[in-house]
Amino acid sequence: MSGPSTYEPKTGVTRWLDSRMPIVRLGWDSFVDFPTPRNLNYWYTFGGILSVCLVIQIVTGIVLAMHYVPHVDMAFASVQRIDRDVNYGWLIRSIHAVGASMFFLAVYMHIFRGLYYGSYKAPRELLWILGVVIYLLMMAAAFMGYVLPWGQMSYWGAMVITNLFGALPVIGQPVVEWLWGGFSVGNETLNRFFSLHYLIPFLIAGVVGLHIWALHVPGNNNPTGISVKTKADTLPFHPYYTTKDGFGIVLFFIIFAFFVFYWPDALGHADNYIPADPLVTPSHIVPEWYLLPFYAILRAVPNTLGGVVLMFGAIGVLFILPWLDTSKVRSMRYRPLARWFFGFFVIACLGLGWAGAENPDYPVPGLGAIGVDFLLMGRVLTIYYFAYFLVILPVLGFVEKPKARPASIEAAVLEEAAARKGRASKAAQPAPAE
Amino acid sequence: MKTIHALLAAALGALALAAPAAAADRSPEPHQFSFDGPFGSYDRAAVQRGFQVYMEVCSACHGMEHMRFRHLGDRGGPFEEVPIGGEMVRFDNPNDNPVVMAIAAEYMIDGEPDEFGDVNERPRIPADPFPYPYDNVQQGRAANAGAYPPDLSVITKARYGGAEYIRSLMLGYDYEPPADLELRAGNYYNPYMYGSVIAMPPQLQDGLISYEDGTEATAEQMAEDVAHFFAWASDPHMESRKSMGLMVMIYLIILAGLLFATYRQVWSKIEH
Ligand code: HEC
Ligand code: HEM
Repeated sequence: MSGPSTYEPKTGVTRWLDSRMPIVRLGWDSFVDFPTPRNLNYWYTFGGILSVCLVIQIVTGIVLAMHYVPHVDMAFASVQRIDRDVNYGWLIRSIHAVGASMFFLAVYMHIFRGLYYGSYKAPRELLWILGVVIYLLMMAAAFMGYVLPWGQMSYWGAMVITNLFGALPVIGQPVVEWLWGGFSVGNETLNRFFSLHYLIPFLIAGVVGLHIWALHVPGNNNPTGISVKTKADTLPFHPYYTTKDGFGIVLFFIIFAFFVFYWPDALGHADNYIPADPLVTPSHIVPEWYLLPFYAILRAVPNTLGGVVLMFGAIGVLFILPWLDTSKVRSMRYRPLARWFFGFFVIACLGLGWAGAENPDYPVPGLGAIGVDFLLMGRVLTIYYFAYFLVILPVLGFVEKPKARPASIEAAVLEEAAARKGRASKAAQPAPAE
Repeated sequence: MKTIHALLAAALGALALAAPAAAADRSPEPHQFSFDGPFGSYDRAAVQRGFQVYMEVCSACHGMEHMRFRHLGDRGGPFEEVPIGGEMVRFDNPNDNPVVMAIAAEYMIDGEPDEFGDVNERPRIPADPFPYPYDNVQQGRAANAGAYPPDLSVITKARYGGAEYIRSLMLGYDYEPPADLELRAGNYYNPYMYGSVIAMPPQLQDGLISYEDGTEATAEQMAEDVAHFFAWASDPHMESRKSMGLMVMIYLIILAGLLFATYRQVWSKIEH
């Protein structure tokens, strides 16, 4: 933990416990008196939101697993039973299915936050890498979870994704058969996916523990990217951030509840309410929305192996990002060029998601006239995606002239507050007659 | 939060655009159902009529594997409250509901083996499933010139457009097929169907059935009612879901207000 512990056990019991296993001290130092930069904005709430999401998925998932049957002949019917007959089963399943989307929504906010404020730079490289590991595990968990209801998209999604490994030279086919547990996607596949789907969230919980540990050594980054220098730069986590995060989390819950209660199927695909049928290929196989950008990258390459390599490369590049960005300045607030490229990067990711959802041969609305179809769009954006990490960030560190930065977090906060007051008093003055 | 909304909207936009659209298909005609909107609920009479249409017309070819007769008497179901001696009575346990029992008893099922191991037919009870028209997929195909009539238990969730799609599809046989379209025998032109060609013959004509509640059975009316029935069958807990949603929303909004006030109070002495 950063700084000496301030915990003082007050009762006999806590003193007894503290000298044997200082667990209360750990909690106190991590979540009560933890010195936190005083200028964190709502983008910093997503970490807390993600922890809540994980707990929600695990709790609802365990209840679902009590009623779900991992067998190709019964899985679909068991999910129907959950929706129709299990007490509040419809609610539990709706929370779990919508929860997966909300989890990804939050993780994307969290990742983009980190990219903008340079939270991946020293001394937080390991913290960042652990985050990317969590993200990878989340994708695996969600992909396997989506297979469990054994609808058409479950089956064909599993088919498409597992078959990708078949593109590997020599070992391709054996690997695919090993993943399937047979010669096709079938009962063995469903069984192992269920087993792994149950396991992975607990692995995630473990890595989250490491992630928070690695956070609590250097402490939080902040929107200025300037390191904490004095006590005046920080506030104790409780009550300042417990209240602020609490408010943010409840706002997030409102969006979450809107989908759970009023639009539960909006984020899923209608075809997954058709039972899996190995003989009927759906007209349009697409993954869940949160995996669409990678699907676009996969399809951008004419060769399957190349596509697979690029798709995994898209995540792999995140692992080495801390050493690709050569700028000494963390926050893009003070990087006049980088923030533009970051903005384009966000647009590129959304555009990749769009390209992933569409038929590659369809013209892009508005650009079809000049011959741009979704394949071309996906290709251009894929190039930008990689260029951002491999060319733009490495080069910018040398050519960009950062803006002047405040002396400390405290100075930045006071400066902003003064500017706000100035604006307010100006606004309060009667406007001169025209 | 604004940004989240924007991103969410973008993501949703991408999803909406992802819906398959073969060039010549028509999107379902917009139609106002009583269950639309955040406060909408099922029209029990319409669901009852739709159930009658399903049983008398559609069930000859389409099964509903996930439906039990007792579902008809569940909370939110069409026979949750039934008239007994001129009064509407609610049955908390649908297995005791006389109307549901009577409907189930109209259909026979193989019973449990008796003491000699012989299986005899018995009338269905509320816990039994709806009768299924086929023993297996092959039989269903053979009976329909190769096209298997899909199970309709969750059909409004399994098709974009939901109940509007079902209604439009049932009424969608009167369009002039394009001149270059060659229809094989047993296929029909219906522009609402994916690919515009369907192997289901037109089903609904005025006066095909006579409704128990005396409503005039026009094709239009039957299409609307049967769509209403499938909407209920696919999403039987919609009413509980929406009413619980309202309470949750109110609770969360008040909680958010209180937390915001707490947050402002706690931070009031801090420049930030
Ligand atoms: C004579 C048998 C028969 C009857 C009776 C029948 N259908 Fe069908 N239905 C079919 C067949 C066959 C298909 C498959 C069509 C295809 O795949 O082209 C089908 C398909 C459908 C579909 C799915 C269309 C899609 O999007 O794939 C719906 C919905 C449907 N029927 C509703 C009904 C309703 C409602 C009724 C009662 C009013 C009904 N059907 C009565 C034979 C029948
Ligand atoms: C990282 C956390 C998790 C994620 C992202 C996740 C994601 C998903 C997804 C996307 C589905 C498909 C939902 C649908 O369309 O119906 C699903 C289903 C399921 N999940 Fe999870 N899940 C998580 C954790 C868990 C845990 C911890 C368990 C069990 C202990 C679990 C048990 C189940 C079961 C039984 C199903 C099948 C029932 C259903 O389809 O609703 N999940 N999960």
